[in-house]
Amino acid sequence: MIEVQFIAPMATVQDLGRDGYWAQGLGRAGAMDALAHRVANCLLGNDEGAATLEIQMTPATFKFTERTAFALVGASCSAKLGERSLPRVWAGVAEAEATLTLGTMGTGDANGARTYLALKGGIDVPEVLGSRSTQLREAFGGFEGRMLKAGDQLRPRDRAAPPSSTPEISVSLPPLWDGAEITVRALPSAEHDSFDADARAAFWSEGYTVSAMSNRQGFRLDGPELSRSATAELRSHGIYPGIVQVPGNGQPIIQLADCATMGGYPKIAAVIEQDLWRIAQAKAGQLIRFQRVNLDGAADAAAQAQAEWSALSRDIEATIEQQKGWA
Amino acid sequence: MADTAMMEKAVIETRSYTRLSMIGSRAVLMEVDCPFDLAHQQRIWAITEAAAQWDGVAEAISGMTNVTLLLDQPPRDLTQFHRQFEALWVSGIRKEVEGRLLEIDMTYGGAGGPHLAEVAQMAGLSIAEVIEIHSAPDYMVYAVGSHAGYCYLGGLDPRLETPRRKVPLPRLPAGSLSVAGLQTGISASAGPSGWNTIASAEVAFFDPFRTPPALLKCGDRIRFNVAEVLA
Repeated sequence: MIEVQFIAPMATVQDLGRDGYWAQGLGRAGAMDALAHRVANCLLGNDEGAATLEIQMTPATFKFTERTAFALVGASCSAKLGERSLPRVWAGVAEAEATLTLGTMGTGDANGARTYLALKGGIDVPEVLGSRSTQLREAFGGFEGRMLKAGDQLRPRDRAAPPSSTPEISVSLPPLWDGAEITVRALPSAEHDSFDADARAAFWSEGYTVSAMSNRQGFRLDGPELSRSATAELRSHGIYPGIVQVPGNGQPIIQLADCATMGGYPKIAAVIEQDLWRIAQAKAGQLIRFQRVNLDGAADAAAQAQAEWSALSRDIEATIEQQKGWA
Repeated sequence: MADTAMMEKAVIETRSYTRLSMIGSRAVLMEVDCPFDLAHQQRIWAITEAAAQWDGVAEAISGMTNVTLLLDQPPRDLTQFHRQFEALWVSGIRKEVEGRLLEIDMTYGGAGGPHLAEVAQMAGLSIAEVIEIHSAPDYMVYAVGSHAGYCYLGGLDPRLETPRRKVPLPRLPAGSLSVAGLQTGISASAGPSGWNTIASAEVAFFDPFRTPPALLKCGDRIRFNVAEVLA
């Protein structure tokens, strides 16, 4: 078991999201960086959909009340187990009474904006409507339907004490981005062609800065104004994580994991599902560029991401086996 | 790749005014250019029900005279979906629902209806006229969405048509009654909103431990009773 001694706001228990309730208006929720979430689970031999703790603001301090296997994967956050520094991707065992501290994340030179804490078998919270993700707006799911606070205790679903031979593992992940910018691939969406020509050109070439008004629901971006001559109100329609809407002020909003199921603002583009994790790891002030793809490009990207995940998860499993052999 | 992508249109259209576009790499929006009324919305409900059974479709939801599909895989081609949508639309298939009627006591204006005066001004009406016009009809649930249990209602009097707010409010409380365009509805939980809010009520539209969790579905009706008016 792990006890929260201190935690900044907005840490929530998440899995890969809640499907099947779109028609009743319930959004998916789920991990913002599904890749880091899956890697954290894979490092512990968990199902990739097991519940993890998504931490998007630090500092945080946890105390292990007993010997516990855990994984920490995601943004750089000066993580320390006792006095020992942990890399960005790590799994191993904490002894009873050990303390895990997370330092600066999402500011300065530190890479990334979210990290994921996994426990063996997944974090033990009840499954509601087919998922263990927290629905922050509706206040259910996850840990009591809310963000974590000091004094909360997280238990692994797999209660067995970790064997003495439990290996310590760190693997390298694809870099979060090249340089200071993040590039995401996107399909043009329903109102794309009705934006002014120079607005469309700016959107696909200039890049947009992540504003401070960014959270699990969506990121508001700042950049060249996206103007559109058509002004008629749209009829409300389905929206999905990754959609880039442009309200009347001409500044785009990317809807993310906690996005609404329907909306009505004009849509210029839709970021492909496989690149949403990159946005999840973008810090305020960072530049996001949109790279236009067509349907084949989006389908190819999905196939490639699936192949890369298969290779990465096989590598992790092989590393676990190898280290077990050495132990 | 960039060159061919630039030459493709973002939206596929046909002469019968159906159009398909991508709102996610696995999500397709199917729209039709038609009047916004119950008869046309009943066609949308029928198509949504049929589309949920199409090969490769995980979920289908009704919007306001549109249908959104969530697919199992990113599609390489929308022709087949477009053909199926077009055929069903042209067929005129409709789904009539014998729904329930929910009556809700409303407080118009005050802290729970901060934009009442603004809506009256935009509509060129008095506040009393806005309330009278808004509370007169029974509203039909045309679609459920935005947030859990929220109902998009048809039947708003065109005299109350207003634009969405340029910058959304970051947090509107549950039970807020808002209007935008020719749409009106009550928020089911606290959250951001780009609509104009004119009244408030207490009602639970979604409960995850109820089956089904959403209180109302397409085809149900709401009647707003004027319980109180605050200046």
